[in-house]
Amino acid sequence: MMDLISGIFLLMGSLFILLSAVGILKMPDLYTRMSATTKASTLGIGLVLAGTVVYWQDFGIASRAVAIILFLFLTAPVAAHIIGRAAYFGGVPLWEKTHINELPRNAPKEEPD
Amino acid sequence: MSFMEWAVQISVIAIGLSILIIFLRLVIGPAIEDRIVALDLLSANAIAFIAVYSIQKNTTTFLDVGIIVALLAFFGTVAFGYYLGRRGKQ
Repeated sequence: MMDLISGIFLLMGSLFILLSAVGILKMPDLYTRMSATTKASTLGIGLVLAGTVVYWQDFGIASRAVAIILFLFLTAPVAAHIIGRAAYFGGVPLWEKTHINELPRNAPKEEPD
Repeated sequence: MSFMEWAVQISVIAIGLSILIIFLRLVIGPAIEDRIVALDLLSANAIAFIAVYSIQKNTTTFLDVGIIVALLAFFGTVAFGYYLGRRGKQ
């Protein structure tokens, strides 16, 4: 029974990881690529580690997996924000069909520190 | 072949295939930011591979490595972002 649940978690997680890889290859510009990879890869890793916890059923493994999941869920949005901000101010072009861009109206002349 | 071994095999194949696809983006990425995002995703896939490997080989030693890999990936991304932000000013 536990093997069944663990296998289902592993399959769903690896499917989400594969979806994030397809997203980073097929999306049209950097910002949509980051959107796809950040969501799908955090969810995929969370599901794979949940499958590992269900398979082992050990407190040490569970604490390590929870530490990895919490750390990833805390740091993935921060890293994506830093890279997106640097890319936008560095002049990486948007996709031509992006029609909501609220930053240029309020953008300062110099990038503030 | 039980369902668990089958699921582990499928997961290893899916994660390896996604690592190959991400390497493609790492090679062809037009801007340097694309390559940084690809590197971040590669380290995330390494963590997932470590988790699946611990089930396949029946060892739990490498799960500690996953924590270190997550930490190093975050610090590397922040350092690259800081470098890119500095580069625009000069």
